[in-house]
Amino acid sequence: MEADNMQYAITNTQPVSPTRAYFRALTAIIWKDLSAELRSRELLSAMLVFSLLVILIFNFALQLDARERINMTSGVLWVTFAFAGTLGLNRSMSTEKDRGCLDGLLLAPVDRSSIYFGKAIGNLIFMFAVEAIVLPVYSLLYTVNLFNGGLILVIVLGSIGYVAVGTLLATMAVQTRTRDILLPILLFPLTIPVLLSAVKASSGFMDGDALATIMPSLNLLIAYDVIFVALSFMFFDYIVEE
Amino acid sequence: MITVRKLIKRFGPKTILRGLDFSVEPGEFVALLGPNGAGKTTFLRVLASLSTPTLGQVEISGYQLPGQAAAVRRRLGVVLHQPLLYGDLTAEENLKFYGRMYALPDLEARIVETLELVGLATRRRDLVRTFSRGMQQRLSIGRAVIHGPDVILFDEPYTGLDQDASAMLDDVLRKVAAQGKTIVMTSHDLMRIADLASRFDVISRGVIAASATRTNVGPDNLLAFYREAVNGGDRGKEEKTERVKEAGR
Repeated sequence: MEADNMQYAITNTQPVSPTRAYFRALTAIIWKDLSAELRSRELLSAMLVFSLLVILIFNFALQLDARERINMTSGVLWVTFAFAGTLGLNRSMSTEKDRGCLDGLLLAPVDRSSIYFGKAIGNLIFMFAVEAIVLPVYSLLYTVNLFNGGLILVIVLGSIGYVAVGTLLATMAVQTRTRDILLPILLFPLTIPVLLSAVKASSGFMDGDALATIMPSLNLLIAYDVIFVALSFMFFDYIVEE
Repeated sequence: MITVRKLIKRFGPKTILRGLDFSVEPGEFVALLGPNGAGKTTFLRVLASLSTPTLGQVEISGYQLPGQAAAVRRRLGVVLHQPLLYGDLTAEENLKFYGRMYALPDLEARIVETLELVGLATRRRDLVRTFSRGMQQRLSIGRAVIHGPDVILFDEPYTGLDQDASAMLDDVLRKVAAQGKTIVMTSHDLMRIADLASRFDVISRGVIAASATRTNVGPDNLLAFYREAVNGGDRGKEEKTERVKEAGR
């Protein structure tokens, strides 16, 4: 079909329902991030290599006995996840900024919080993927059993909180010249509550503590997740506004 | 189609647009000319709803900015300096992604038509990072028109293109203009824009310094018109400075 002769059928479309448009945009962003990553494998490979190096270095550097390994596990795991997460968040938003694609997203006629949630869910999937590989490798290296339902719950809750704040701050940092150093400087102080609660709750589950002892940390994690997801929903529009 | 009244845009203490008035009728192809730093890109970003006006009124297709930005965005296509495309997705996947962002029906058919329009149908499954700058710019136009906008904004689309790529881009722009779209384009390439636009507006120091239609200005005298508009603005400023100095004495 010759472009000159064709009946160009593209005309203005009737707006679909806002809810439908919202979820189509959200899933489109997730699909786009996953498709691009499956092809390039830049983000996941960087996060994974970094995570494996960190747990390997800790393994050789600390020279711990069996009991100390269990005590150290939650700290080492969360340091690994936090640093690898920062790498992923920076890379994820840089991809949007480098070719002007963030403007492309902002030009779409959708509520901008759908862009935030699309990016955040994409980042969360990458973080879960790295964690799913790091946990068995860590178990083998440190001979510690990490297949504990409570620990998995803490990792899920902690990752949600970390990514919720991280995606918002990465969007802010990526618009500055010093984005690579700005993100960790902004992110780590803000995520201290989530990291401390996650370390404490993880230790509690691995030590077999009573649920009543662990609940305050779990509650703090849940409250942090709810508050920061809500704040990000409210402020994302202001952050991307020029 | 586009009405702008007394638009002021400030970034901190710096005022970029100083009470700019501008209007475009449906189907017009307006070339926005002006020296570097005149405010062309800032103005286009305000029209594109990517930047909020500090003061003044902006109305596109009957909708106000920034209050009705979503309605404006649905009727607007924007081509910027950068292609706004993902290098790790194919041409088809990029259009599919943007089509989904606009919640478009019949997306597959639209993608086929759009790729035909911009002459990239045979490269539909190739990754965008393997495309030349000219091909990326043509696909960027496809991205901007896939939702059938009434108004299309172009910011320096010829930047970084060689002669052949520019000529191909001309063809695509003519096809888009022939569909009756309202087009506003900034450009430094006066010779190329002279053949395309139906009206020429010159921005200087944050205001429209001069405006002329194609019946008054053509390829032969566009450069003279542009220089007169820009230098007139400079002379005006010099005269004002002189008057201030004299008043001071």
